[in-house]
Amino acid sequence: MRNIITVKDMCLWYGEHQALKNVNIEIPEKSITAFIGPSGCGKSTFLKSLNRMNDLIPGVKITGELRYEGADIYAKGVDVNNLRKEIGMVFQKPNPFPMSVYDNVAYGPRTHGISNKLQLDEIVEKALRDAAIWDELKDRLKKNALGLSGGQQQRLCIARALAVQPRILLMDEPTSALDPISTSRIEELVMELKEEYTIVMVTHNMQQAVRVSDYTAFFLLGELVEFGKTDDIFSQPKDKRTEDYITGRFG
Amino acid sequence: MPHQSLSRKRKNYEALMKVLMLLSVGITAALVLFLLIYVLVKGVPNITWELLSTSPSYLTERIGILPDILNTLYILLLSLLIVLPLGVGAAIYLSEYASNKKLLALIEYAAETLSGIPSIIYGLVGMLLFSNSMGTCLMAGALTLVIMNLPTIMRATQESLKTVPQSYREGAFGLGAGKWRVVRTVVLPGCVDGVITGCILAAGRILGESAALLFTAGFAHTVLSFPLGMKSPGATLTVALYVYAKEQGEFGVAFAIAAILMFMTILINFAATIVQNRFEKRKSL
Repeated sequence: MRNIITVKDMCLWYGEHQALKNVNIEIPEKSITAFIGPSGCGKSTFLKSLNRMNDLIPGVKITGELRYEGADIYAKGVDVNNLRKEIGMVFQKPNPFPMSVYDNVAYGPRTHGISNKLQLDEIVEKALRDAAIWDELKDRLKKNALGLSGGQQQRLCIARALAVQPRILLMDEPTSALDPISTSRIEELVMELKEEYTIVMVTHNMQQAVRVSDYTAFFLLGELVEFGKTDDIFSQPKDKRTEDYITGRFG
Repeated sequence: MPHQSLSRKRKNYEALMKVLMLLSVGITAALVLFLLIYVLVKGVPNITWELLSTSPSYLTERIGILPDILNTLYILLLSLLIVLPLGVGAAIYLSEYASNKKLLALIEYAAETLSGIPSIIYGLVGMLLFSNSMGTCLMAGALTLVIMNLPTIMRATQESLKTVPQSYREGAFGLGAGKWRVVRTVVLPGCVDGVITGCILAAGRILGESAALLFTAGFAHTVLSFPLGMKSPGATLTVALYVYAKEQGEFGVAFAIAAILMFMTILINFAATIVQNRFEKRKSL
């Protein structure tokens, strides 16, 4: 399988504190890659550096090489807005904007210059269908999105991210704020989405990683300890630390 | 038993504190009510249609406050029109764009200090800054009030910007929106109520301001047109109140003006409540 993201010797500092140490990873296209590891191990930080969301935090310094489709993500002159259009993001806590369902989904396309009503209607419907929430929301498009349940809000956020037609979807613990039923719906959705998109997701839940992901990366104290096929990582981990973590000896 | 006496002591103490607090509330409320009623009783009987609808004339010894009412509205409108974009713009820059923390703290500290300066000092500075170049006129008065209210609008907007969840900004940036688009579509709509609150605070201050205007806007009682008349001097209601009471001994007129000013303040507060309720309703949807 083709690799869509390659990272070489990447280090990241928050001021004086080094949060990531020499991370090397190649993420295959149209697959689901899960990042696991204890809190504060750097997995979210790493995820956010893939579409430069860390730029928003002052004092972050990054060295090494991060490439998306061969192009350096941190090169001078990279249009960050275009990068984030290609590499979309879904956050831990559902964060729909305080506007209607329709306007939420149309926000991205409008941002990137689409104003034709018919075209927008089409995009919004397709995004909502892809996020498996069209049937629930088709009669409530004009309603404020903040009135939806948590699970619906998160699927709306996924639809919102899909509406700009990204290649990669970064998901930062997308189900940690949701109930079990909403969680399993999102998991099913994610498994369908990998037909068209590359998905990279951070999860605290190891069962979730086993259930959904094709590849798993285990982070510990800012290091990428082990990366490989999910089946291999969970059945025959090569590193003692991985084994200790997945068997629940710490975490 | 020592145990019992302690608890009784505590009970007495509790009761005493309750009475003391009740007393403070009583005094506060009584003062407000007294002031309101006193002004209304003295002022309302003197409010006549002639007073409200005419200009004063030395020939007929008629007293009318129509020019003063208009001047007050002009200055209110003019000041808000200038101070709003300035203050909101500055607040957005400081909260959303600026990255130099030290400079930011310095500016915030300066704004905080600025809002505590006695208004007569603004008047003095405004006179030298504006009245010297454009003459004593409503425009000079309005500009002085702009400086005076800039920190109010700025701080209120900034506080309101802080209440817009960071997750909204992240969500928008994550979709590839640029800074200005995020500010315009996600941040600003979320802080409208703060801007309105700032506006109302400022409007209240502008309505009640006299010291700064004595220096800068003058005392004339002629009806002026908008916007050309802004180059002419004119008294606002508060200034007129001072003149009628202190220099002409017309206490009836002064109290009538006082009552009108109070009505205006109440009206503004009322409007503010309505607007804010509407926004809260929209938010809670």
